Amino acid sequence: MDRIKTEELTGAQILIRCLQAEGVEVVFGYPGGAVLWIYDELFKQDKIRHVLVRHEQGAAHAADGYSRSSNKIGVCLVTSGPGLTNAVTGIATAYMDSIPMIVISGQVPTHAIGEDAFQECDSVGITRPCVKHNFLVRDVKDLAVTMKKAFHIATTGRPGPVLVDIPKDVTTHTCEFQYPETISMRSYNPVKKGHAGQIKKAVQLLLEAKRPMVYTGGGVVLSNASAQLKDLIKRTGFPITNTLMGLGAYPGTDDQFLGMLGMHGTFEANMAMQHCDVLLAIGARFDDRVIGNPAHFASDPRKIIHIDIDPSSISKRVKVDVPIVGNIPDVLSDFLGLLEKSKTQDIKVWWKQIDEWRGKDCLKYDRKSKIIKPQFVLEKLYEVTGGGAFITSDVGQHQMWAAQFYKFEQPRRWINSGGLGTMGFGLPAAMGAQMANPGATVACVTGESSIQMCLQELSTCKQYRLPIKIINLNNKYMGMVRQWQQFFHGNRYSESYMDALPDFVKLAEGYGHSGLLIDKPADVEPALRETFKRKKDLVFLDFLTDQTENVYPMIAGGKGLTEMILSEDL
Amino acid sequence: MRHIISILVENEAGALSRISNMFSARGYNIESLTVAPTEDASMSRMTVVTVGSDEVIEKITKQLNKLVEVVKVVDLSEAEHIERELMLIKVRAGAKEREDVKRMADIFRGRVIDVSDNTYTIELTGDGAKLDAFIQALDQSAILETVRTGSSGIGRGNRILRA
Repeated sequence: MDRIKTEELTGAQILIRCLQAEGVEVVFGYPGGAVLWIYDELFKQDKIRHVLVRHEQGAAHAADGYSRSSNKIGVCLVTSGPGLTNAVTGIATAYMDSIPMIVISGQVPTHAIGEDAFQECDSVGITRPCVKHNFLVRDVKDLAVTMKKAFHIATTGRPGPVLVDIPKDVTTHTCEFQYPETISMRSYNPVKKGHAGQIKKAVQLLLEAKRPMVYTGGGVVLSNASAQLKDLIKRTGFPITNTLMGLGAYPGTDDQFLGMLGMHGTFEANMAMQHCDVLLAIGARFDDRVIGNPAHFASDPRKIIHIDIDPSSISKRVKVDVPIVGNIPDVLSDFLGLLEKSKTQDIKVWWKQIDEWRGKDCLKYDRKSKIIKPQFVLEKLYEVTGGGAFITSDVGQHQMWAAQFYKFEQPRRWINSGGLGTMGFGLPAAMGAQMANPGATVACVTGESSIQMCLQELSTCKQYRLPIKIINLNNKYMGMVRQWQQFFHGNRYSESYMDALPDFVKLAEGYGHSGLLIDKPADVEPALRETFKRKKDLVFLDFLTDQTENVYPMIAGGKGLTEMILSEDL
Repeated sequence: MRHIISILVENEAGALSRISNMFSARGYNIESLTVAPTEDASMSRMTVVTVGSDEVIEKITKQLNKLVEVVKVVDLSEAEHIERELMLIKVRAGAKEREDVKRMADIFRGRVIDVSDNTYTIELTGDGAKLDAFIQALDQSAILETVRTGSSGIGRGNRILRA
């Protein structure tokens, strides 16, 4: 038997040891009264690097971006009360996109809990609906095992953020420290292996399909199943679409890829979704932005196979025929094994139909415009970075254009808030991506409205020399709000105009970075080329773009997949 | 349809609120909810009575199973089961009504557990419908106070819910 080594440590020391034992290299945080002892211990060691953000929302988004862009887990550390409440938007963002993340929050001392103490809030209560799980550690003896549980829960099954709330006195109390090597919980045992009978049934359906379609989401990215997915698509010759969260799981330049689907998906992807006879959904959840109206979706008959790690995602909005609960790479490997000896149907006719839909060229825009078209900037961004950059985005039109025009070749390169739709996500997420991938090219695609929501992080970027490239598509409007107001509110642009904008170039310079204003289409590419040569600097590119441009195709809220508004319709 | 769902849950602070939160956040309704520790003090058993279509009930059980502290979930109404609820009801029982009230309590197999000059407090167990019937059978203006525990349920025979 192994010799068990124990030593008497304080709660703060134990916490740091736990993080080290989990291989944590970076913590994003902001100090405060309740976490002083934890910060004291951080100070005394050099294995974990602390990144001081300028607002706790930034810490949560950065930890989130760190997780999304790597296979490591992001950790954020905040103080009690406002420290935690500031982080809530970031926690909810990670939760909606199933991003593994550990949030450590300080709490007032145990004896003061419930007495409305200074900087007290019910952190576990406030975060309960937006975490996978959370803990309040009342006794230092429970700390190590709670941390082990937190990492276990955050990273297994359907991942998600886990919060550990630690009262200040717990960080000073001592006990013998021993970090558990494994943990087992009777109430938490996520399924891994898919049901063999269901997998057989699913493969049979795929073999019989005349109009097959594969639709994959963020689950493929999160479970690192891209290799298996590629094999499956190549082996079957089936068409594939990715959700906003799933981009990069399958190479964006491949012929079998129909582009993103959904509210702003391509004509061909949406049409193929509606008209297929067998749909294979993998790690996706048929949400409202993806299939629109479920009744409309159900109006065409098709068999649906749904693979997901989370049983509650299956048959939630759309009734499926063959549910398979399991870890995606394992299930797909099982599929491939069964497909080896069999032959799929000839689907030439189906591809002919799809190519006809493709002929619509639904993403076309005015390439001769004298004003910079946002789509043009993104096309050039793609060309200049060769499709290999980490692209984070904020929320709105620019996000959709980035998803449509940047062809992601690899998973974990496209980092955006898909579920919660959090403006302000882009810049701090880029910090996380850059910390997780030092030396890699990281760009943040944003708009003049979104960027102002976490603008203070420019200071963090300076302090840690994060050479992020900010692509600001500045149309002086909350573009997506303006677009909806144009379409559905009689052109009444209520409060969507962004007045009194700062001079972004000067602003970037004020933070010690460089900035550049680009207002002519001819200057777009040279500016990008010059910018991406500067490997060490953060450069803020302020592109003045067409104020009236809209994102097409578009499916209005409550409409069906085939009821798209195309640019040519207007 | 009315369903009675039994949940085994870790006896931890916050577990109850996690479960009731899930119901309200997702718009599922709770008709009644009871919870108390089991023979194993580390675990509580909860009984939730809810109303919904089969699809909704399936979603509820999946969402319950997803909660980290939930050990097991079973929809008791899927098979033979027994359901009981306890009611304590205080009724006016002056000289004139005393006999009638006592007789009615006897018919329903209730027990008078507290007596004062002008009140009886009656303890009654049964399924919800029986308790409703007793309330109906009383003179409505005589009812002073009612407290019900909500339903608890258990499977019949060898149908056992354990961790």
